[in-house]
Amino acid sequence: MIYLDHNATTPCAPEVVEEMKRWHTEMFFNPSSIYSPSQEARKAVEDARGKIARFLDALPAEIIFTSGGTESNNIALTGTALAMRNKGNHIITSLIEHHAVLNTCKFLEKQFGFQTTYLPVDRYGIVDPGDVRKAITEKTILISIMAANNEIGTIEPIEEIGKIAREYNITFHCDGVQIAGKLPVSVKKLNVDFFSISAHKFYGPKGIGALYARKGVRFRPITYGGHQEKGLRPGTENVPAIIGMAKACEIAKNSMFEDASREKILRDELEKRLVEKIPEIQVNGHPEKRLYNTSNICVKYVEGESMLLHLDFEGICASSGSACTSGSLEPSHVLLALGITPEIAHGSLRFSLGRENTMADIEKVSELLPKIVENLRKMSPFWNKK
Amino acid sequence: MYTEKLLDHFRNPRNMGRIENADGIGKVGNPVCGDVMWIYIRVKDNRIEDIKFETFGCGAAIATSSVITELAKGKTIEEAEKITNHDVIDVLEGLPPLKKHCSLLAEEGLHAAIEDYRKKQNSQKERGS
Repeated sequence: MIYLDHNATTPCAPEVVEEMKRWHTEMFFNPSSIYSPSQEARKAVEDARGKIARFLDALPAEIIFTSGGTESNNIALTGTALAMRNKGNHIITSLIEHHAVLNTCKFLEKQFGFQTTYLPVDRYGIVDPGDVRKAITEKTILISIMAANNEIGTIEPIEEIGKIAREYNITFHCDGVQIAGKLPVSVKKLNVDFFSISAHKFYGPKGIGALYARKGVRFRPITYGGHQEKGLRPGTENVPAIIGMAKACEIAKNSMFEDASREKILRDELEKRLVEKIPEIQVNGHPEKRLYNTSNICVKYVEGESMLLHLDFEGICASSGSACTSGSLEPSHVLLALGITPEIAHGSLRFSLGRENTMADIEKVSELLPKIVENLRKMSPFWNKK
Repeated sequence: MYTEKLLDHFRNPRNMGRIENADGIGKVGNPVCGDVMWIYIRVKDNRIEDIKFETFGCGAAIATSSVITELAKGKTIEEAEKITNHDVIDVLEGLPPLKKHCSLLAEEGLHAAIEDYRKKQNSQKERGS
């Protein structure tokens, strides 16, 4: 099998699994209980919090454990909206955010009468900080822009947008799910108030994530229960997963540079070969300001899902922004926001590389995909008429 | 999510291609929606003697195109007109709900090809008279 869908999820690192093991079994204790084994679990959770805080250049008290990126985004957006409702009802975000952000905005519009400005992006997927500034009104209480896009990998000017948010004293959330573990992050340098991360995107376990919430930032919890996470995200801590996420951060910190340089070489080689071998394809996203592991291409006159199925027959796992894979009749909202026509967006493929990929993988994909495309194009009424 | 039957039709599509000077062509679907089917028929003595398809679309679109051509081949025009998307789904032993429109597209494609054939017949008759 050749796995090229690391932006969807990554395999849990063996060291992470090893580290988590005993916290499932002999060290199963609830960190909130009074007896000493529980206190050991508490200490392990707090040690993990410290590691994750350092990983993001934050304070331990600024880290809230959640179930993942979706929940982190929900807490940041809904939590801020509910706390700031008296101050204003305007949110600024972009057209290319993850659905965890877009659909939360839709919910806030419908349930609480919020208004959202969905900023456009340029043809590479970049949000113009000038547009953010122009969109600000006296009612704006929240700005939410992603650090890097999951589909095309484009990296956004977060630091600059953060400066603008600070200038106007508006809460700024950044969905950092795709960048965390891939590139160094300093929440301080980025000028963000909230930053969402998810462990399974960087070789950690699924079902665990964190929300950085800057000290003093105003928000309300969206779930209610016990005192855990200072009542901001109640529920018994997922001790093994928290410890696993901290280990994943540690590994990422140490291997990031090497991962980046290796995966970039492989990704660039893949793109180079595909562009050479397949006529009428285009590479999406920014040429430079892009995650080093992500390649998004549009193959004209062929539909994405049919390519994915053929790749799957060959043991290759990738993804697409075609309607058929999004579960709706619309192709990827991200590709449409770049100005790509729906016809072409239906023919998109995303390859996202990771630690275990090799040049042999790239060679195999660049051998097989041109043949798959050729066969599907033979079937396509548009290609034949050319 | 797809049945073995569907994957087989997708991998080994039957009657794929084009018929030059076809007696009827049905062009259905919309590239904006990601599915386009062109169905070509050759008719002899009121019977679909040959049928081929060209499709731009997902796995289900290609498989349903393949199945509809198999179902219609050798049938009289009247018999072929009775073929519906349910017949296609039966052959495939099921289709995910989200892909139902692909089977409808296949039905429409065949019916459009038959309609085109009838139109051509009528205009020939008119010219002949």
